[in-house]
Amino acid sequence: MKNSRRRFLQIAGVSALGLGAKPVLDAFASESAHGPGYHLAKGEDAMDARQWAMVIDTRKLQTAEDLEPIIEACNKIHNVPTGIKNKNHEIKWIWEAHYHNAFTDKAGQFTSEEVEHRPFLLLCNHCENPPCVRACPTKATFKNDNGIVMMDFHRCIGCRFCMAACPFGARSFNFRDPRPFIEEENKAFPTRMKGVVEKCNFCAERLAVGKMPACVEASNGAIAFGDLYDEHSEVRELLKENYTIRRKQTLGTEPSVYYIV
Amino acid sequence: MKDKNKIFAGLAIFIVVVTLPFWFNLGKAAPAPELELTAKAKAAKTCVMPTEFMTANHMQLLDVWRHNVVRGGERMFVNDDGKLYDMSLSNTCLDCHSNKEKFCDRCHDYASVRPYCWDCHIDNPKGE
Amino acid sequence: MLELAVKGNKWYWGWLVVLLGVIGAGFGLYLMQLKLGLGITGMSRDVSWGFYIANFTYLVGVAAGGVMVVLPYYLHDYKAYGKITILGEFLAIAAIVMCLLFILVDLGQPMRAFNVLIYPTPNSVLFYDAIVLNGYLFLNLVIGWNVLEAERNGVHYQGWLKPLIYISIPWAVSIHTVTAYLYCGLPGRHFWLTAILAPRFLASAFAAGPALLILLCLFIRRFTNFDPGKEQIQALAKTVAYAICLNVFFFLCEVFVAFYSNIPGHTTHLKYLFAGLHGHGALVPWMWAAMIMGFTAIVMLLVPRWRARHGLLGIACVLVFGCTWIDKGLGMMAGGFIPNPLHEVTEYAPTGIEIMITIGIYALGAFLLTVFYKTAVGVKLEVETE
Repeated sequence: MKNSRRRFLQIAGVSALGLGAKPVLDAFASESAHGPGYHLAKGEDAMDARQWAMVIDTRKLQTAEDLEPIIEACNKIHNVPTGIKNKNHEIKWIWEAHYHNAFTDKAGQFTSEEVEHRPFLLLCNHCENPPCVRACPTKATFKNDNGIVMMDFHRCIGCRFCMAACPFGARSFNFRDPRPFIEEENKAFPTRMKGVVEKCNFCAERLAVGKMPACVEASNGAIAFGDLYDEHSEVRELLKENYTIRRKQTLGTEPSVYYIV
Repeated sequence: MKDKNKIFAGLAIFIVVVTLPFWFNLGKAAPAPELELTAKAKAAKTCVMPTEFMTANHMQLLDVWRHNVVRGGERMFVNDDGKLYDMSLSNTCLDCHSNKEKFCDRCHDYASVRPYCWDCHIDNPKGE
Repeated sequence: MLELAVKGNKWYWGWLVVLLGVIGAGFGLYLMQLKLGLGITGMSRDVSWGFYIANFTYLVGVAAGGVMVVLPYYLHDYKAYGKITILGEFLAIAAIVMCLLFILVDLGQPMRAFNVLIYPTPNSVLFYDAIVLNGYLFLNLVIGWNVLEAERNGVHYQGWLKPLIYISIPWAVSIHTVTAYLYCGLPGRHFWLTAILAPRFLASAFAAGPALLILLCLFIRRFTNFDPGKEQIQALAKTVAYAICLNVFFFLCEVFVAFYSNIPGHTTHLKYLFAGLHGHGALVPWMWAAMIMGFTAIVMLLVPRWRARHGLLGIACVLVFGCTWIDKGLGMMAGGFIPNPLHEVTEYAPTGIEIMITIGIYALGAFLLTVFYKTAVGVKLEVETE
């Protein structure tokens, strides 16, 4: 037989590959979670929507002090590390900005004095057509059934492609371990670890037990929250009666956060 | 063979090194881990699933939980006895098993396993 | 064949030991980065990609540049390049390995890197990037190694290599196109959101890759007994000349579009890079240096008398390398992220640790390149003296 040793090694290699394939495929097959002796369900109080959306009435939030309790509410219940002094590493889920920074396509030289001095609340827009979800290579950020753009911190590899993709600067990366910088720990909600991206999650964990997002509750009526596709929801009523603007509308991402100016 | 001595010397060193785990720890077997349950855990008598299941499969169960809570949006766990639980490591598991060092860590240290869950899920939610 | 790489003089071994030292230092600092997090780099919430990804982008170009040798030889029978295709392929391997390492050190959770394969996401360009980069590495390894071995044994390379070689040509174009697509499909980054980004990347790649190859050939010519050949080096030089002209032309097209339309979204990034914005202008000297280097290189490369002189050619290639590295590396990253989507300016500069880890990775690439080239040159000399 010609080249018998080479032939032997070829056959051995292919056999090893073949023998190794089944256990590998088995391991992947057992991914599905059909449990012996249990089943899963949604909580009875869970709130559902086709697309959760927010309408922020900025006329009711005229000063930075008005925004403080809203931002604090979110930071507290989500263990957002507000103690980071280095601006480069800051983590922001909801924060305030000037009109010219919030609405870069609308800002001009001559704005009404009121709007010029009014602070604006910025957060993840939970776009209907989110470029960050398109970019994520592992589906660690994904759009759930209720239209919320979620983060799966267990899966995130920290590549920060989503941060490059977001046109609104809504995402933050944990450049270091956030725990030492959490000022008041909320034990009912996990922290994050270094190396993952995070952002506002529309309080998905509160919606699941029938509560409104923390910022909505703390806003004293300035922020309305509801299903964009439910004609009778509060957000739709507000959108019918008021002229609203959204950030960077021309990009086509369809943000779900509307601002009454 | 010219290099007979070098080869045998090398072979001897290799055999010693490769069997190190077996003879180095002779007579020094670590005792099996003893777990301490909190009062709340003892009162509950059984976990969300039967104890043998939990001992062998709690990692897979936690995997199922995290997948379904985060990605599936389902948070209710109903076991065979019909009891309902919120699928949460921090709020359900650690509610009863709030003594991580005397419970979780015992087996994990023995098996030299370091789950990264604790990087995020606060390990002493009740502060006890 | 690797036994050819363990026979060398004291300079060869000294060089390898120095490289190993640098690699070790870089690795040690990377362990520190693993422990403390990416906060030890200069990256920020606003500039979330920095030196690592900049070098990755640049080196994908260098790897793709190898096709400028493969294409004429295998597709158009330009026999002269037969002498140096292996050098191009080995350069591509070293470059791709460095690319993959740069991605790895940039990840916040590198132990989860396999998630990209376990959870394939066809709508993500990063997914395709992972595939094409690894595919190109595999192709070059298999092709390069087998062709070199066949040459050593005095036989024609195996038939099954031909389709792989043919595939590697469009594949080389694809690796850099996909890398460009990482950037040019993001709606929020107006500096990158241009159709000409992929062509610009490719032009810059076809300038940088062959330029580096020329420098390596000149080095081999000087310090070993193998002569890659005057004709080959001149052909490469012409490639570099045209490619760098195209690259600069594409850039000037961008400048025209931005400043004639005068749309702020387009102009602010170029203004930041070349004139500074809101008092921040750390990159201004770098960008102008790149421009001067580029134009000087074009002049030196376009005049045939100067191009033929190896001393001047070497300098021109260094200028090309520098110009494209600044433009594609520093300029691309900073220009894309600054100003941020809220029109705020957060400047970026790599920290010392970041630079050291980068040098460590370059050292690893240099190590691979040294070993590969020693092998290739060894085989060529063996065959020549037969």
